[in-house]
Amino acid sequence: MDFLNAIVALANFVIVPGMAYGAQLALGALGVTLIYGILRFSNFAHGDTMAIGTMFVILITWGFQSAGITFGPLPTALLALPFGIALTGLLLIGTDKVVYQFYRQKKVKPVVMVMVSLGVMFIMNGLTRFIIGPGDQRFVDGERFLISAREFKAMTGLKEGLAIKTSQGLTVVTAVIVVAILFWFLNRTRTGKSMRAYSDNEDLALLSGINPERVVLYTWLIVAALATVAGTLYGLDKSFKPFTYFQLLLPIFAAAIVGGLGNPLGAIAGGFVIAFSEVTITYAFKKVANYLLPEALAPDGLAQLMSTDYKFAVSFSILIIVLLFKPTGLFKGQSV
Amino acid sequence: MKKLLLATTASAMMTSIAAAEDVKIGIILGFTGPLESITPQMGAGAELAIAEVSASGALLDGAKVEGIRGDSTCVDAGAATAAAERLVTSDKVNAIMGADCSGVTGAILQNVARANGVVMVSPSATSPGLSTAEDDGLFFRTAPSDARQGVIVTNILQDRGVKSVALTYTNNDYGKGLADAFKAEFEAAGGEVTISAAHEDGKADYSAEVGALASAGGEVLVVAGYVDQGGSGVIRGAIDSGAFDTFYLPDGMVGTKLNEIFGAELNGSYGAYPGTDSEGAATYAEMAKAAGFDGTSAFSGESYDAAALIMLSMQAAKSSASADFKDHIFDVANAPGVEIFPGELEKALKLIAEGQDVNYVGASAVELVGAGESAGNYQEIEFKDGVYSTIKYR
Repeated sequence: MDFLNAIVALANFVIVPGMAYGAQLALGALGVTLIYGILRFSNFAHGDTMAIGTMFVILITWGFQSAGITFGPLPTALLALPFGIALTGLLLIGTDKVVYQFYRQKKVKPVVMVMVSLGVMFIMNGLTRFIIGPGDQRFVDGERFLISAREFKAMTGLKEGLAIKTSQGLTVVTAVIVVAILFWFLNRTRTGKSMRAYSDNEDLALLSGINPERVVLYTWLIVAALATVAGTLYGLDKSFKPFTYFQLLLPIFAAAIVGGLGNPLGAIAGGFVIAFSEVTITYAFKKVANYLLPEALAPDGLAQLMSTDYKFAVSFSILIIVLLFKPTGLFKGQSV
Repeated sequence: MKKLLLATTASAMMTSIAAAEDVKIGIILGFTGPLESITPQMGAGAELAIAEVSASGALLDGAKVEGIRGDSTCVDAGAATAAAERLVTSDKVNAIMGADCSGVTGAILQNVARANGVVMVSPSATSPGLSTAEDDGLFFRTAPSDARQGVIVTNILQDRGVKSVALTYTNNDYGKGLADAFKAEFEAAGGEVTISAAHEDGKADYSAEVGALASAGGEVLVVAGYVDQGGSGVIRGAIDSGAFDTFYLPDGMVGTKLNEIFGAELNGSYGAYPGTDSEGAATYAEMAKAAGFDGTSAFSGESYDAAALIMLSMQAAKSSASADFKDHIFDVANAPGVEIFPGELEKALKLIAEGQDVNYVGASAVELVGAGESAGNYQEIEFKDGVYSTIKYR
């Protein structure tokens, strides 16, 4: 019984939140890594692309809610998601035509593109605040829990509760589906293959008749979908506030770099590495240890490796260690 | 012609001198940032007092008073200092009503108020550190120090029979000051603080913090944070994972936003924020309602009182210069004298002009102690049926 209690406590406070946060970071990092792999620059505007995509979804969700359309026990935001993706796609393609295309045709250095994306970031940042405001927005509806801590305790008779939020379940399931589709697309379809060819060797791809503008177009569309899905899932799980999306940029980049920039598999692994390192290293194992160990051995203190103040230090230490010993990331990506 | 020109210039100068005698009060609050949901009611409170005095025409032989707003952002000391600098040097304010958060208040005090010799009266900076800060006699607050709040929290928890708590605080001057004061007080009273963990505001994910807090355990989670920021994020995580059911909410966490975000999920949780059951509070609430804002919002009454104290002490000193009236703030705030409640500022100004003593009570039962801070009255709140209400005064 005590062993089960320990497992449940660990699942409730480490595994479940870590999985959900990891999946959100992974989706964000996939977008960053695709742009790096195919368009060859670090897109600083990605956090705010997520914010603006989520904003579209929220506005449409509110429209649905006031029209009385709901999605049963699931959040209405899922219904609004395709429309949000379409709008974000249009916005990103528009941005590319107005801003990035000019610099791409001039073949500027990647660092110039990074600065350009920084400018785009500030504009998107302002646009989001201008339209929806800087504050918290609520758009969650439907069932909040797949299983709540109280129900779990009543059901199993254990002392520890396990809560799984609908949004956490959705996040993981959606992430799996999106990643599956993405890999099928990249590996099996003509367009996907041409994108990979363009990423591997631009000149060779051009010689074999691949239309670069089409590749760019598809890349932005996929990035729009990834960013909007990641942003919406994050908003459903926590809350929507433009400022926190801007702050998400750091862990997302850390995830993409740890995994290996330009490598989609690496982005996913990186997302989970960063999320779990933040949660596990600062977790106080007192409760778990009390269940598992005989009384004489049970710790008096918190059995915490590091106080939670250091959780960001943890993920960035991992980033530095990986870069020192494997500059291309855990999976083979491009070196930065 | 030359004479005419000279005469006009002279008269123009005369009028500008007459206009300069009008009093300006800077209102520096975090209109954006972590406290943005309570600062509108605070600013409105100060402006209510200013409008009342201005309309009476009783201050310094009919001086008009004007409030000029500045944004402290609550968290960015650089931005707050710049805003204060602008109010002092370009708008030439005679005094500052503000700032709101402890960190920026300290920064403005050291960099702007002391440098320019301008009086500051803060309605809501509660860090114990400000009691001992060098202030050249320029700094006052109508809010109590958190050393006092530490005692209040301990009393409330003990009255409810709580022996062990987990504690999380926002990682800044306010949070750390309150957490330390409370921890020392609670442990001295025989209670146990299982963990004292900081959280950063505006972050993406609080599951690590919630996990550590849950593992440490405790009957109640004390959240010394901000309602618009990480404080609510931590509570959300703790409720969702079933880690804690009951929360203690100090002053920074009490706001109507809690009703909106959590509602019935917080039933049974409790807390306290500065406030009093003196008749002044009720009068003030009605005045605020008539003026179109919520006067029971946290620190709104304290803001009215801060602005009122500035103007009454100007009257007592017969001067709007900070150097003159800074020594009169204690006189008008404390006994002896005629008790003054909100809405009676005109009466107070006239009494002072006649040479009588006044004892300003105001909306928050002001009684200045120590280095010029409120002795502190708190109202205890409790959540029931999805909304919080005041159940007791301490």
